[in-house]
Amino acid sequence: MIIPAAQVDGLDKEFGTTRVLDRINLTIPAGQVTCLIGPSGSGKSTLLRCIAMLEEPSAGIISVGGRPLGFSLENGKRVKLPTAHNREVRGQIGMVFQQFNLWPHMTALGNVAEALKTVRRMPKAQANEIAGQKLDEVGLAHRRDYYPAQLSGGQQQRVAIARALALEPKLMLFDEPTSSLDPELTGEVLNVMRKLAEQGMSMIVVSHEIGFVASVASKVVFLDHGRVVLDGTPQEVFAKPRHPRLAQFLDTYLDREAVMLA
Amino acid sequence: MRFDVALVLSYLPAIGWAAITTVGLWIVALVASIVIGLAIAVIRLHGGAIVNTVLRLLVEAIRGTPFLIQLFLLYFGGPFIGLTLERLPAGLLALSLFGGCYMSEVFRTGIRAVPRGHIEAAECVGLSQMQILRRILLPEMLVLVLPAGTNIAVGLIKETAVLSVIGVPELTAVISGIGSETYAFVEALTLLSLCYWALVEICARLGRTAEQRLSLYRFAA
Repeated sequence: MIIPAAQVDGLDKEFGTTRVLDRINLTIPAGQVTCLIGPSGSGKSTLLRCIAMLEEPSAGIISVGGRPLGFSLENGKRVKLPTAHNREVRGQIGMVFQQFNLWPHMTALGNVAEALKTVRRMPKAQANEIAGQKLDEVGLAHRRDYYPAQLSGGQQQRVAIARALALEPKLMLFDEPTSSLDPELTGEVLNVMRKLAEQGMSMIVVSHEIGFVASVASKVVFLDHGRVVLDGTPQEVFAKPRHPRLAQFLDTYLDREAVMLA
Repeated sequence: MRFDVALVLSYLPAIGWAAITTVGLWIVALVASIVIGLAIAVIRLHGGAIVNTVLRLLVEAIRGTPFLIQLFLLYFGGPFIGLTLERLPAGLLALSLFGGCYMSEVFRTGIRAVPRGHIEAAECVGLSQMQILRRILLPEMLVLVLPAGTNIAVGLIKETAVLSVIGVPELTAVISGIGSETYAFVEALTLLSLCYWALVEICARLGRTAEQRLSLYRFAA
């Protein structure tokens, strides 16, 4: 059996009394792109952040590459895993944020090389060489000495992708990577992601770019009110007759598109 | 009576030494303030409830009382609790503590102002809490607090004058001494004001230059 890139079993997340994720069960296939779609507040970002260990699940187990992350199940009881274990498993995950979150006091190269130097304890020259290669892969070799403030949003997001790739992750998480970009800058970021998908990277993408989702994803998960409503191939999910809630979601989405085009 | 600057200026070498003393006091106190301020800010952000309360009270007390009184309390009251200090160390300690408490508040809000996402990005690539503090939080915070920090640095220059009351031979002590000797009080005090103003101006300019240089590191968002 092929080990899935990630596995989510019975995941709950509550903020106070609000249940944001409700019994999520999900298998993220390796070497493929899984897209999470759904209206805002449906829990898709929270789900992604739980997998990235940025939120602690209230219940349930997440495993990445076949190894539990954060908590494991022992004799039916959920136990916290040691920090060293979590750090190692988490090291296989790369995360890309909506707001890029580049460190403003470091150059593009510095951002990409940082974890290689401080976490992987690589000599500076070697770290910079790898960082340079990663920047080249996202088409920004010529911007290596620029600071984030000197880069466009699309360029910043590509640097952020290079930063995540520098650690050779097995699974890449994208949290609305193009949502804070001008429409004309989304293409360059989506192209980098498309290239990554072609190379066989396991990816989970939260996105409102329905076109990208339909063309790149091998699996689409539609979330609503913290629950998985639909889970299948793009053909299955987008096929007609549509699930009523998805139809409603896509309609408002298409309305917005129409307004933008008008 | 006429305004006789020449009379005061005949004491130029003594004034020069006093100016050097003032600048020296300021630099040492400023560096110490930054160190103390960073320590208090970082401990207050990560420490336990008891330590936090103690530090908060210390900062409130220092900010809530005049520096002159703090200096008197340390210099004249210190011996009662076995803390007998010479003038210079007593003055420097009081000034550093004073500056440090003000700095700590600026640093604390500065650290809080670093976007949460920058820390999350660092956690995601595996930086430890210590590495995040050293590599991300502190450098970003320093850029953010530069204008407010410069203000405190400028204020500290003027507070050095208070050390004259315990006899530290800095500008105020020396020049007002010259005033008493020559009875040219107005000339002496005018010169004294100009000296402080010049120092403050230099400090403010350094701050502005640093701000401009560091503007490159500010986040665009």
